[in-house]
Order: sequence, then structure tokens, then C-alpha cells
Amino acid sequence: MKKFINQIDDLLVESLSGFAAAHHDLISLHLDPNYLTRAQKPRNKVALISGGGSGHEPLHTGFIGYGMLDAACPGHVFTSPTPDQMMAAAEAVENGKGVLFIVKNYAGDVMNFEMAAEMLPFENATVITSDDVAVENSTYTTGRRGVAGTVIVEKCVGSLAETGADLAACKTLGDKVNRRTASMGVALTSCIVPAAGRPTFEIEKHELEMGVGIHGEPGRRRETMRSADEIVADLMHAILEDLKPASGSEALLMVNGFTGTPLMELYVLYHSAAKLLERHGMKVSRSLVGDYTTSLEMAGASITVCLLDDEIRQHWDSPVQTAALRWGR
Amino acid sequence: MKTEFILLAAKAVNEAILASEAEIESLDREIGDGDHFINIKRGCATIVGMHDELAALTPDAALQKIGMKLLSTIGGASGPLIGSFFIAMAKTVKEQGAESLPEIAAAFAAGVEAIKHRGKADVGEKTMLDVLIPVSHTFTRLAGEGFQRPALFEVIKREAEQGMLATRDMIATKGRAAFLGERAIGHIDPGAKTSQVIITTLCDLAAK
Repeated sequence: MKKFINQIDDLLVESLSGFAAAHHDLISLHLDPNYLTRAQKPRNKVALISGGGSGHEPLHTGFIGYGMLDAACPGHVFTSPTPDQMMAAAEAVENGKGVLFIVKNYAGDVMNFEMAAEMLPFENATVITSDDVAVENSTYTTGRRGVAGTVIVEKCVGSLAETGADLAACKTLGDKVNRRTASMGVALTSCIVPAAGRPTFEIEKHELEMGVGIHGEPGRRRETMRSADEIVADLMHAILEDLKPASGSEALLMVNGFTGTPLMELYVLYHSAAKLLERHGMKVSRSLVGDYTTSLEMAGASITVCLLDDEIRQHWDSPVQTAALRWGR
Repeated sequence: MKTEFILLAAKAVNEAILASEAEIESLDREIGDGDHFINIKRGCATIVGMHDELAALTPDAALQKIGMKLLSTIGGASGPLIGSFFIAMAKTVKEQGAESLPEIAAAFAAGVEAIKHRGKADVGEKTMLDVLIPVSHTFTRLAGEGFQRPALFEVIKREAEQGMLATRDMIATKGRAAFLGERAIGHIDPGAKTSQVIITTLCDLAAK
């Protein structure tokens, strides 16, 4: 294992401290319990809080700021954060309109957020994201996993919350975006959890893992490496099978890198996927390409399709100012 | 049940868990992901380390404190499951006391119910609940029928052992072993084994 580490136990806090220092205009960091908030406490809006295991950066810390999250709770690498973090974060950002948790569907995350939600002295609700169509049952949860589509949920709900909308409206939009979003990923290499020091799974030079999860969990099947177009066709088949879009549907197409795949190749995937959607009679009107929901140093990518309507498009387009997404402001 | 018993139990469970390290670790290597024992050990050490602050508390406050502390130290899925057990038990002890055996059985049952609820799991899914649910039912029934120690605790120990052994032939539908499907058959669930070790230790202590 070659990684930039001083002491393994200091890795998370040093990384969070560096992130907060680099983005001090946007971010405040609180340690023990660990959570990050916007630099300025927002007013008169539903407080949006997400969180999950670390190792997926910029998810979720990179999406704290105007138009997206109010706070995020990072756990240890690939390990759920704990309820004390969520409660402290909620205490810090709640401003009278309640708290909405956005949680990826993994057993540990769901249970920890559930406990925080029960103990919280504020009105609160939870949106559980479950966009991964790869497997119905995975190592980490029963039910579909929440992956890169979570970014779209956080962006759209974040936009609505900025308008002063109430908790129920934010929850409704979050659930709606999640329902209209489907993702699937493919891994070309494994990742190495720093504390473990060795690859999470073995994969031969000529193999790929189709349907991989963002922690290197197994997907649908192990396959022999093929052309980009063939891989995209398989991913898109599963996604479209799930979304069953009507002809003429408008889509946001996201190609997300897991870290180890160059942007150059991500655009190859985008080119292929966009053409495929157009052949299906769909209109790709919005895009996002880059590393947004990563898996440590894994090479590979996921494709996400979100079916747009006027409401979702408007909230996707609205201004956002975070470390990892910034436009219109 | 007095706070003193909780403290003695923490110490005894910690020792019993450490003594079972090799066995539990090997079960977890077979069908888990290898971190079960580390988590349990950290949880036990945490409670033992809270000795002085717990000693000053009433039993319900001590249980509540343990539950909250485990929630923030164990993490993952185990933290909420074990934490919920203690927090639910604390609530029941606070409401009805824990002097008599039926009262203690009711508090234990509330804790087990909380794990079922939190994990959305039940008996037969190859988890710790395959030990805890039969133990809880038997404890409640025998305490209600007026069974006394030590006979009552001998029966519970046998129940725990049977529950643990029964997981060997199950397909896991909850927990990390679930993705192994039929490959998990023939292996005892590490969480069930840990629970059986803990129940046996508590029974031996309570029978005295």
C-alpha cells in the first residue's frame, strides 16, 4: 500500500482539517463529535444534513454550502457515522424549520440516522436514497444501495430548501428525485481501505466487476474486459430497464468516476451513453461528468440517469456554491 | 438488579469474551467480514472503563449511559443494535424497576424487542436474535411461573446454547453473512456465538 498517511489514526481528522482550511470561506469543522457545517449559519430554511462513511469524497462534505447541504457527518472510512455526530450537527444548523436527513441505503447508515432521528428534539424527516439498480441485495444492505444519484437528490432538495419550503415539501421532492434516478457502476480495479492495507477484492488484469458498489462490494457478475461501448450498453440496459422512460423523456446524464479513471475516459463513457439515450428517443438536456461519489482509489465509473421534469430541472439549474459544485453564483 | 450487578456483569462478560477470542474470530472469518470480535472487544472495554462513573448511578441511568456510549463508540450496524438494547432496557427499568425476576425478564425482553425493531430481523435469520429471542421468551415464561435461581438460569443457558447451535444450518438473510447465500450453511453465526457466551456468563453470575 502506498498512500499519503502520517499516522493511520490521524488520517480522517487531518483530511477533514485540510478540507475545512482549504474552503474556510464555505466550511466550519467541528471535531469530537465530527461534523462540518456551512461557515455561516443559514436562517429560515429546513436544515439539510447528510453523512456516511468517508472515502467517497467529495460526497458529502464537498456539497455543504448555499443551495445544497447545511451539514455533513463523516464516519471512518466506509463506516457509518454515529448518532451523536448527527445530533450535534442538527443542533448546530437547525433554525426553526426542522431537519431533513439524506441517507444512502446501507444498513449501518440507516440505523444510525434512525436513532438520531428518534432522539432529536426537532421536527425531522429522512430521505433514503436507493438509486443503484445493480443488485437487489448487496453485502451491506437488504435493498438497493444509495450511490451517485444521491448528489442529484442533495442538489435538488438543497435548492428547494433555499426557497424557504417546509420540511414535508423537501422530503417529497427528495423521494421523487430518488424514484426518478437510477445508477449502475463498474469497477476495473479494487480499492484499498487504509486501515486494512490490502485490496478489498481481487480482480485480474483482464477482468471487470459489473454492478460494483461504492465500497468495492460485489456486483452482478465478474466479466472479461470489453470495449467502452459494450460496457456502457450493459450499464444503460439495466438503468433503462429500471426507469422505463417514455419516449421523448428528458434526462440528466451523470458519469461519475470512482477516482482512478481519468476524466478523458469518463467523457468516452458520456459520449457513448448520451448517444444510446438519444437512440432511445430521449433528450439529454443536463449533464454532470467527474469524480463526485468516489471509492478511494478504485478505477471505474458509474452512470446515473435522472428523469427530469420542470420542477427537477429548475432545482438542478438553480445557483449552488459548494466546494465540489458551483454555478450561477 | 442493582448497579453493582451491572458492574460485575461488565467485568465478567469482558473476561469471558476475551477467553473466547479464538473461537469467535474464526467463526467471523468464515462467514463475516472479520471485524465482529474487534467491535465487541472495544464495546466491552468501553463499558469496563466506565466503572467509576457508572458506580454512582441508579441501574436505569447506568444502562442508559452504557447504551449511549456504545452508540458512539461501536459504530457501523452493531452500535445501533447493541445501543438500542441498553436504551430500551433502561427505559423499562426506569418505569417498573428491576427488583424481581419478572421485572428483570421484562426489561431484557424490551431490549431484545428493540434489537428486532432496529434490525428489522427475527428468529431464523442466522443472527444474534436466534439466541436472544428464545432466551427472552424462556426467561419471561419461567420468571412468570415463579421459577427461582439457580434452576431458572440453568434452563436459560441450555436455551442459549440450542439457539446458537441452530444457526449452523440456517441460510443468513440478515447481517454480513447474507450475501454468502447457501455458502453460510454449516457455519455457526459469530453474533449468535457471542450472544451465547454473554448469556451464559450472565446466568452463572446471576445464579450465585
